Amino acid sequence: MESIDQIRAAALKEIETATTPEAVQETNTKYLGRKGLMTQSLRAIAQLPVEERPAAGKHANQVKQVIEAACTEALARIEAIGAGQGVGIDVSLPGRNAAPGSLHPITRINNQICDIFSRMGFEVVEGPEVESDYYNFEALNIPKDHPARDMQDTFYVSDDIVLRTHTSPTQPRVMEKREPPVRIIAPGKVYRCDSDLTHTPMFHQVEGLLVDDNISFGDLKGTLTSFVHQMFDPQIKVRFRPSFFPFTEPSAEVDILCVICRGKGCRVCSQTGWLEILGSGMVHPAVLENVGYDTGRYTGFAFGMGVERIAMLKYGIDDIRRYFENDIRFLKQF
Amino acid sequence: MKISLSWLQAYAPVEMEVDRLAHLLTMAGLEVEAAEDRFAYLDRVRVAKIVAVAPHPNADKLKLCKVDTGDQAHQVVCGAPNASEGMLVPLAVVGCELPTGMVIEKGTIRGEISEGMLCSAAELALGSDRSGLMVLEDSLTPGTPLNKALDLTDAVFEIGLTPNRPDCLSVIGVAREVAAFSGTTIKRPEIELPKAHGRIEEMTSVTIESPDHCPRYAARIVEGIEVGPSPFWLQDRLLSVGLRPINNIVDITNFVMMETGQPLHAFDFDQLAERRIVVRTAGAGEPFTTLDGKERKLEADMLMICDGKKPVAVGGVMGGLNSEIEPETTRVLIESAYFNPTSIRKTAKRLGISSDASHRFERGVDPHGTRYALDRATQLVVELGKGKMVAGCVDALWDLPQPPVLDLSVAATNRLLGTAVDQAEMARLLTEIEFQVTTKSDDVLTVETPSFRVDVSRPQDLMEEVARRLGYDNIPVTFPALPAAIQPPPKLLIQRQRMRDLLTGMGFSETINYSFVHADSCHRLQLPEKDTRCRQLAILNPLSEDQTVMRTSLIPGLLESMRRNLAHQSRNLKMYEVGKIFISRGSDQQPEERDMVAGLWTGDRADHLWQTKSEPCDFYDLKGAVEGLLAGLQIEAARFTGLEVERCAYTQPGATAKIVVNDTEVGIIGQLHPKVSATYDLKQEAFIFEMDTERLLPHIPEAVQFQPLPKYPATARDATLIVDQTLEATELLTMVEQLNETLVEEVRLFDVFQGAPIAEGHKSVSLRIIYRSADQTLEDDVVNSLHKGITGRLVDHFKAGLPT
Repeated sequence: MESIDQIRAAALKEIETATTPEAVQETNTKYLGRKGLMTQSLRAIAQLPVEERPAAGKHANQVKQVIEAACTEALARIEAIGAGQGVGIDVSLPGRNAAPGSLHPITRINNQICDIFSRMGFEVVEGPEVESDYYNFEALNIPKDHPARDMQDTFYVSDDIVLRTHTSPTQPRVMEKREPPVRIIAPGKVYRCDSDLTHTPMFHQVEGLLVDDNISFGDLKGTLTSFVHQMFDPQIKVRFRPSFFPFTEPSAEVDILCVICRGKGCRVCSQTGWLEILGSGMVHPAVLENVGYDTGRYTGFAFGMGVERIAMLKYGIDDIRRYFENDIRFLKQF
Repeated sequence: MKISLSWLQAYAPVEMEVDRLAHLLTMAGLEVEAAEDRFAYLDRVRVAKIVAVAPHPNADKLKLCKVDTGDQAHQVVCGAPNASEGMLVPLAVVGCELPTGMVIEKGTIRGEISEGMLCSAAELALGSDRSGLMVLEDSLTPGTPLNKALDLTDAVFEIGLTPNRPDCLSVIGVAREVAAFSGTTIKRPEIELPKAHGRIEEMTSVTIESPDHCPRYAARIVEGIEVGPSPFWLQDRLLSVGLRPINNIVDITNFVMMETGQPLHAFDFDQLAERRIVVRTAGAGEPFTTLDGKERKLEADMLMICDGKKPVAVGGVMGGLNSEIEPETTRVLIESAYFNPTSIRKTAKRLGISSDASHRFERGVDPHGTRYALDRATQLVVELGKGKMVAGCVDALWDLPQPPVLDLSVAATNRLLGTAVDQAEMARLLTEIEFQVTTKSDDVLTVETPSFRVDVSRPQDLMEEVARRLGYDNIPVTFPALPAAIQPPPKLLIQRQRMRDLLTGMGFSETINYSFVHADSCHRLQLPEKDTRCRQLAILNPLSEDQTVMRTSLIPGLLESMRRNLAHQSRNLKMYEVGKIFISRGSDQQPEERDMVAGLWTGDRADHLWQTKSEPCDFYDLKGAVEGLLAGLQIEAARFTGLEVERCAYTQPGATAKIVVNDTEVGIIGQLHPKVSATYDLKQEAFIFEMDTERLLPHIPEAVQFQPLPKYPATARDATLIVDQTLEATELLTMVEQLNETLVEEVRLFDVFQGAPIAEGHKSVSLRIIYRSADQTLEDDVVNSLHKGITGRLVDHFKAGLPT
């Protein structure tokens, strides 16, 4: 006679391979039926010596239960398979329309910039897009008839009202209303009277300003390097080089190693290997004086960047005019 | 500004690779935007040996030359008299672009093939000889590119100069920087004035009538000159920086301007009435013809250089045609002056002239460099014009700006920069760029600014110089301390982003349209004149017709975007914009800027797919989205009710609703009016909404308050009423809500039906009212009696019928 364990193994194997309820039932009868192999084995226990009977009986009952459980499970499994048959669906067909729209790439980049600076403790503020000559120029140390006005082609509404040419007017506007520490960024639309392959008459900037005790050029470098690393790539090379803005002194242009050619020189970086990303500098004392700050005590830095340019680099957009055509085939890519 | 390496090296002994020098300049603040070899075109000019010369069969003056460039033989047609066998000459091969702009092509000249062009020195801009072919040394190897053969290379840097550095608008200025940053010293050309005769005071005089505009005017006279072409070296210098040689006298003034940064002007002395100079402002309306041949109308306050009778130059901007140097000129008066920068800038701007001179004067030339440049030019005019200098110099001098002397605190500098530079080092850095530095105390340096650094007026300007000399890259990186107290972002910003997220989630794509639109936008939207949206703010100098006024609605932008998309066969569009509109308060004031949100839905409700039919979207699709938007903002009490017909401008009456939140009208929604579709050339129906974000804002709850979930079951009862067709169904709902029955939890509209058996002019409206008590399970008879009461009141109030 086969041992109980051999019976167990054989039974489980048969149950596992059964594909119909009938086959499972047959196996059940074969092993557990009145004339089944297990039943016979149980009966045989009576022939054993008395001291072996309890252990053998216990073992045999366990095996019987295992086989019973396996049969129940197999029946459930086979039933489950059968339940779907005949009403199957083509799961490869497309689902019912629930496609989301898209955020404009400018909004995406703008939000990303604001998020980074918010994490660094900068507060987001906004200012008017149609601005007075005073805030757009004079308060920023750009007097009338100064050559620096040539740096920005201005749309005029009247002699004293302009479409703001940069987001910088938010600097004096905020400083006039509060004492340091001032730690703000100001995103928004700006306008310049210029339209060609690389310029649109409207574009977006994000301005930043930090004024407090003992703010240094080193702090400017640290803050903007950290920003560039978060925005582009933690390994990207950054350089600061002297430049000129009437409202900062010293002024610095911030370049990153060209993300396209990695410094070898290409069309995007005009063969220089570097890309201008930010204008920045220590706030000019004249600007602080104009808002009545104590220039002996407070220093600060300011910066500004073009959102379109950063979006172009991040997404590889090759034509700035795409941003405002709102071609749905363009928008849907973001 | 262009500057060539060879010219730069004439003053600063720099020997470094072009890339390194470009980097040095850029990091010194003189950004090199491009560096090109100006002899690069010689790459396509080869050393060629003439192996045979034969007469051209069809032309007497032409020859057929067989030339050898090492690996190849070419036939070239040539007209040069000196072409002879065995000679080495330059061959511009096919594809070469000569400095004259001529591009060499393979061609046939009088029936004979010519593969390239044999060149004279002048044709290659390598000399002035144009009489015959340039003869090359026999030792050269045929086939070698000419720039390699003659070792010709000269980088030209295109420097993007910032307006604060007019001192670098000259070769000496740039050389000064290069020398300081590379640890060498510059050598300025030494001037030795030639022997002179006569006395200038006896020949002429200078009277400054407007010292505010012109505090200094110096002049010298050279007689007996011969006007003619400049020598090659001078032409070459000018060409290297993109200036066109004219004649020796004019070229010298341009050369000295490029060299020193001081613009000069040469007058034909004999054309000056009364042989004298008067510096005064113009009379209003005075006509004047400038050197470029254009007649200009002068305005009062423009500074003119005049002779005894009439203007002869627009001071510091451009000379006049009436006194220009002609081939016959024999006596010149050379002008070197200092003009007030603002005065020059105003004049140049008003006349629409931007000359090399005005560019420099308006940024500020060295007020103390006047004489040096004048003497340098005089020396060259005598030398190259073969003239004789008249002794003396007229130098009319008023109050010149004096360079400031500043006290610089070493500690304050280090604090601002975040550096630890000691006093001696700081002094050295400044001294090397020609600041005079003395020690005042342990902390303070007294710094005398050189007169050419017109940009320096405050200690911070010196701090920038220190930073620049140190190299920005060498300033250590630090981080400002992060304050613990941080302001929350403004509510408007948060809600605007929430609106974007909600609309995007509902399948709308965000657009950004220009803030300026066509002036006739209001007209195209059919807005009545008294509508506030007709208060457009006009731009004085728009770039194009369709960008002349600031938008007063987001709708025109969306319609333009729709039109462009239809043109690309994108017909199913769900778009929105979040942005500002501008309502004018007059052009002398800032307008009212309002934050708006607008959306557009056109085309199919959903993409045509296997299980969705292609069905056009309708009013209720867009309304559902707006309801979703408002619900997402947690604005509960929004009502949509028909907009008065007379207020419907760009939407169709009968398919337009105003959106009302707690009795505040926040916007409208409707079907685009067919007439407006026509003016925007839109060939399909569209549905639009526009809401005022700032009006929505107060209705967005600050905080969400949790409501306990009900413990007892609800019971529903339906009621169907037959009402007038024009009744807005929501009025029934509003009425039920206003009854304020505590047991009414919710009321829903589940069916609207029109047509038989309902009488004409009527419709049946079916409501479902959900009843629930917070304290107990409601008994049927309680609900029934309440429901009967409510139904009865609806019937009475709306004079409704009940279905039979």
